[in-house]
Amino acid sequence: MRKKASAWLALALGVGVALSGCSSNSSSSDDAKQGSQKAGEKLEIFSWWTGAGEEDGLKALIKLFQEKYPDIQVENAAVAGGAGTNAKAVLASRMQGNDPPSTFQVHGGAELNEGWVAAGKMEPLNDLYEKEGWMDKFPKALIDMVSKDGNIYSVPVNIHRGNVLWYNKKIFADNGLQPPKTFDEFFQVADKLKAKGITPLALGDKEPWAATHLFENVLLGTLGTENYKKLWTGELSFNDPQVKQAVETFKKMLGYINEDHSSRNWQDAAQLVAEGKAAMYVMGDWVKGYFVNDLKLKVNQDFGYVPVPNTEGKFMVITDTFGLPKGVKNPDDVKKFLAVLGSVEGQDAFNPLKGSIPARIDADPSKYDEYGKQTMQDFKTAELAPSLAHGSAAPEGFVTKVNQAVNIFVTQKDVKTFIDTLASAAAELKK
Amino acid sequence: METVNITPAEKTAYVPSVRKKRKWTADHWLAAAFLAPSVVLIFLFVYGFIGWTGYVSLSNWNSLVPDWSFAGLKNYLYLFHDFRFQADLRNTLVFTVLFIAAVIVLGQLLAILLDQKLRGESLFRNIFFFPMALSFVVTGVVWQWLFNPSTGVNLFLKPLGLDGKWYTDTNILFGFHWGKIEFGIPVAIIAVVVAAVWQMTGFAVAMYLAGLRAIPDEVREAARMDGATEFQLYWKIILPLLRPITVSVIIIMAHISLKIFDLIYAMTGPGANFVTDVPGVYMFETTFRGNYYANGAAIAMVMLLSVAIFIVPYLISSRKGGS
Repeated sequence: MRKKASAWLALALGVGVALSGCSSNSSSSDDAKQGSQKAGEKLEIFSWWTGAGEEDGLKALIKLFQEKYPDIQVENAAVAGGAGTNAKAVLASRMQGNDPPSTFQVHGGAELNEGWVAAGKMEPLNDLYEKEGWMDKFPKALIDMVSKDGNIYSVPVNIHRGNVLWYNKKIFADNGLQPPKTFDEFFQVADKLKAKGITPLALGDKEPWAATHLFENVLLGTLGTENYKKLWTGELSFNDPQVKQAVETFKKMLGYINEDHSSRNWQDAAQLVAEGKAAMYVMGDWVKGYFVNDLKLKVNQDFGYVPVPNTEGKFMVITDTFGLPKGVKNPDDVKKFLAVLGSVEGQDAFNPLKGSIPARIDADPSKYDEYGKQTMQDFKTAELAPSLAHGSAAPEGFVTKVNQAVNIFVTQKDVKTFIDTLASAAAELKK
Repeated sequence: METVNITPAEKTAYVPSVRKKRKWTADHWLAAAFLAPSVVLIFLFVYGFIGWTGYVSLSNWNSLVPDWSFAGLKNYLYLFHDFRFQADLRNTLVFTVLFIAAVIVLGQLLAILLDQKLRGESLFRNIFFFPMALSFVVTGVVWQWLFNPSTGVNLFLKPLGLDGKWYTDTNILFGFHWGKIEFGIPVAIIAVVVAAVWQMTGFAVAMYLAGLRAIPDEVREAARMDGATEFQLYWKIILPLLRPITVSVIIIMAHISLKIFDLIYAMTGPGANFVTDVPGVYMFETTFRGNYYANGAAIAMVMLLSVAIFIVPYLISSRKGGS
């Protein structure tokens, strides 16, 4: 009998171990949640800001929040990975599993509206906007980017400009060149550089979005803001002759890029310009953060910047925003954080470090460098265009398909196949 | 059970009522009880989720909002007409063949060399086996750096006039057009194969070495007595004796290579023109970036089937061999 009893005891233990092993496997955040319930609900801030500059900005923001609300525990739940590709995967599985973070980084535009809002996962924030008096502090076009059907769903913390042509000042000075303003000028300059044995244009499309980024800039420059926007609502077909013209220009540009583009990411490509191995680079203004913070280069001394050819007066806008997911346990704490994030103080703590400009029109320009001041000025007057590569213009699924088509095009350079693929993928836009 | 017709030959061994009682002693109940949780968990978390994935792959769930309407084979048809997936299948096939062939040939060769009773054998054994201790992600990052066109081994090769493009090369060897893709051996995949072989050969060496040690010395002596040369000895006798090990190595390597993800994700990603893309990477990007859950599930099912093609015949044959 005793033997039997001990066997049953062992069995009970075995089952216990098996079950506990199972539960700790299923989700490590369960443990975190249980821990936090004892010590009051934690405020979990989910983002992909782990790089130099952006991480500093986020920490400054959290520090400011902690000074105001020392009782609220904050957890910085950042997931590493360029342009948030890994973070988005983690976020998707958590949201699908009804385990949302308290607040998370999401690009304003389609990524927010056609993704999480359409899926019914976000709380509207209209009352917060009214309480904080934000309706006239953020530009109307920007509020529209974070709204769907009359409700506002997130708070923009920054603005990045996507249509910037970065160039190496020394190379341009040595060769007596002026930064190009039109595509024709661009190809003239590129030919001269190529003749001298300098790579005219840097590209790093190990992650294909970087090539899509170049393509969307050519589209904006060729089509103009109105027609460019119509592409994403299905009002303008990809079979339009203007699109073909843009694809031809894009194809021609690909003749001037560095050979090893597919082994480089966006930083590696920026490095080519910094080291004087390539002359120009089309990329968003996070490049400035990389140049200044990581490579210790000086604005307008080591590198210069102009709008991408044919896009003067246009502003490819990329905005990082934070929203309130449905089903979080501490919505009031989250709203407190969002209020700090949307305040002048919050924006000015974050943006100078991150290298972006504030989303509010009444922020303090003296806190920003030369580039930031000029971009803030441009932002007030320019036509705003949403970025495709960064999820503002179209749903993620469409962006993934465009990235695939661009990846194939960069090697095959088959204009007809490319346009056909885009046109058939665009069928999804007209929902 | 008791009313089953029994042939006379079996009758002596088959005494139903007695046997049934004897079978389910406390020990048997205990054993069953111990096994039950893992059986339940495996059915739930393995077979249940395979079924779930299969179900999703037949649905229209291609956004953040689940849509369970029945789509038939739409997602599969889309895949097989897709340039990227065709390229993936080509890459998987090329990768699997090259990888397994290289692992087996190198594994046998190194094991035979190690088997020569040389001094410091354990040191060599460890050297060959240590890469196994790394994760594929680490291997991918290291070889990515080694094969980078502007750094790594190319710093030594460039002065010699060799300009290695390695994994950024988009050329396809022996290529001919088939479907939407150019069928052949993508040069870039060879770079990935090198990294994978570097990592996994140690496993094959260990397997073969164990096999070689299990062959009795009498066999070798008898062959030598009959006048066989060393080469004949290995080619005609030892290697055929190692065939069961080769089968095991092929099975294990095949399932690794058919569902490989981490090495390629860390080392090259999809690559230009998808020359190094594999279904695993495509599945990840489709499901978690594009939110095309049904399409992603369809890719996962195709991967499962491709592994099953290797595993199921093996399971059947080993069952037969066992009974």
